Amino acid sequence: MAQVAVPKSVFAPWDDPSKAPLIQFKNVTKRFGDFVAIDNLTIDIYEREFFALLGPSGCGKTTMMRMLAGFERPTEGQILLGGQDIDATPPNLRSVNMMFQSYALFPHLSVWENIAFGLRRQKLPKDQIDERVNEMLRLTRLSKFARRKPHQISGGQRQRVALARSLARAPKLLLLDEPLGALDKKLRQETQFELMDIQEKTATTFVIVTHDQEEAMTVASRVAVMGEGLMAQVDTPERIYEAPNSVYVADFIGDVNIIEGRATQTGDQVNITWAEGQPDIIGNSPKTTFGNGDKIHFAIRPEKVSISAEQPTDTPNAFQGTILDIAYLGNISTYYVKMPSGQTIKAQTANTRRLSRRSFTWEDKVWVSFTTTAGVCLKD
Amino acid sequence: MRRYFLISIPYLWLVGLFLVPFAIVIKISLSDTVLSIPPYAPTLDFSNGWAGIVKFFDGLDFETFEFLASDDLYWKAYLSSLKIAFIATAMTLAVGYPVAYGMTRAAPEWRPTLMMLVILPFWTSFLIRVYAWMGILGQEGLINQLLLWLGFISEPLTILNTPTAVYIGIVYTYLPFMILPIYSALEKLDDTLLEAAEDLGCSRLGAFWLVTWPLSRNGIIAGSFLVFIPTLGEFVIPSLLGGSQTLMIGKVLWEEFFSNRDWPVASAVAVILLLILIIPIVLFQRNEQKQREAEG
Repeated sequence: MAQVAVPKSVFAPWDDPSKAPLIQFKNVTKRFGDFVAIDNLTIDIYEREFFALLGPSGCGKTTMMRMLAGFERPTEGQILLGGQDIDATPPNLRSVNMMFQSYALFPHLSVWENIAFGLRRQKLPKDQIDERVNEMLRLTRLSKFARRKPHQISGGQRQRVALARSLARAPKLLLLDEPLGALDKKLRQETQFELMDIQEKTATTFVIVTHDQEEAMTVASRVAVMGEGLMAQVDTPERIYEAPNSVYVADFIGDVNIIEGRATQTGDQVNITWAEGQPDIIGNSPKTTFGNGDKIHFAIRPEKVSISAEQPTDTPNAFQGTILDIAYLGNISTYYVKMPSGQTIKAQTANTRRLSRRSFTWEDKVWVSFTTTAGVCLKD
Repeated sequence: MRRYFLISIPYLWLVGLFLVPFAIVIKISLSDTVLSIPPYAPTLDFSNGWAGIVKFFDGLDFETFEFLASDDLYWKAYLSSLKIAFIATAMTLAVGYPVAYGMTRAAPEWRPTLMMLVILPFWTSFLIRVYAWMGILGQEGLINQLLLWLGFISEPLTILNTPTAVYIGIVYTYLPFMILPIYSALEKLDDTLLEAAEDLGCSRLGAFWLVTWPLSRNGIIAGSFLVFIPTLGEFVIPSLLGGSQTLMIGKVLWEEFFSNRDWPVASAVAVILLLILIIPIVLFQRNEQKQREAEG
């Protein structure tokens, strides 16, 4: 019998109607006085997910996390953990642990005692505590520092102690509040992969709060982009990036050109009238339908815009402009191309050649072009 | 050069205002009582040259210290002072800690006002405040009048001139010294530590015992020493509020000096008091240093 190669199943419990979510927010609203921090929010988070709450500061992401930990209670609505309403359960009785942004390590206790703190509260026998703490120390590569006090170790090590401490009780759900915010960029990137690794090894559900979109994209199985107490979009990192559902999401995640215009739709194809004297942009909108003359925002990522000296022939979307500015970032360069009608379109190219042999420079007349499916048509 | 000059200032201060007077006190404690001015002998006489100095040192002996050891009044007074200082410190802590804790829990805009209220008594003389307590605690005092008026008692209570009055006086007087260091320790405490403790399975009370209390330990130790050390040698409070019943070494010392005019014995009492105080003072300094190291 011929062996059939079974494709490795993709982790996507949110697409599987038979899976019951671990956490359910049901029409949750949280008000502080007149201020609405969370506005009628409904969302499901599944077991073993690495779920990222992403948004600018003040968008309610920390409030959501604090409600899960039990430090805040929803004003309206329900939060279910494993099908149970947890509103009445105080933080110390929830199978939820939190890694604090400031780490909140107990300064008077050693690394070992910090990690053992939660286990001791469970009144476990001593040898079990020893075993579990040592396991956590190995997992986070801290065995050498077990006897040190928090002020005697580096920031990165402290971060790992905080992680070990919050994981020690094997919670159903681990909350991470800006866990990497205090680390420098290089350490942060290394730690992101470590976090993913630990999440996989421990098979715990992680909910991470971050304002760093790169971090959210790297670690998360799904990202929730929040704005002003609302969920703007909840989706996988690829779909958030490639198929944002609103100008807010497109603009929040990564770099983007947003071109405003008027739509004329025929089938999936949308013609966008966007500037005097320029041919229409030909876009593709299989899901959203635009009426004739409707306002439309065409969002296209700079790396999907090519730049060339000659007019390209393989796409109808080609427009001539002048290079206004060049941002050289080492690995890539971003060209700001000014259209005769006034708009600026950003185009990104990888710097595969040395700088001295760069093809374009300031004030050059160039063509920017993109395929008809490269951009996303958005209503608002 | 400049560095030596700068550190020489506190040392000169210490030598001039502590070591030299203390050397004089030691010298008097080794002298004998005589009926003259000054009321002790020998005195240093340089006019006889070397022989005078030798004669001076020959005149010094430990007789007064032997006398202190032989009379049980003195060691009883020391022990009684230690006991009173110890109990009074514990009581001040019991009153001061909740006050300090309450201050840190108060709304931030109220804290300067509360702090002001703690410091406010220092603006009037200590002596006047102790006299005021005599008016409050006496037979005809405010407390007795109030209790009689309310009908809780039919005869006035005797509070003044008892150890109770001394404890009330000490707790009242030294309370700010307990509150301030504890407040400063508690104020530095990060609230997220308590949330972390709760998150890891502590009840509110558990979080207090496992996090708040140990982290305010330095403040507790500092406050306790700041109360214990001056209380041990306290004179004004036991003599004004304690009457004849309360035996404290500060009062004994005063009586030796001013009633008996026995300067050598009074000096010997003072020297031993200082030796006893050195232990808590050294412990206090070590606590402060450890704290600085932990913070640095």
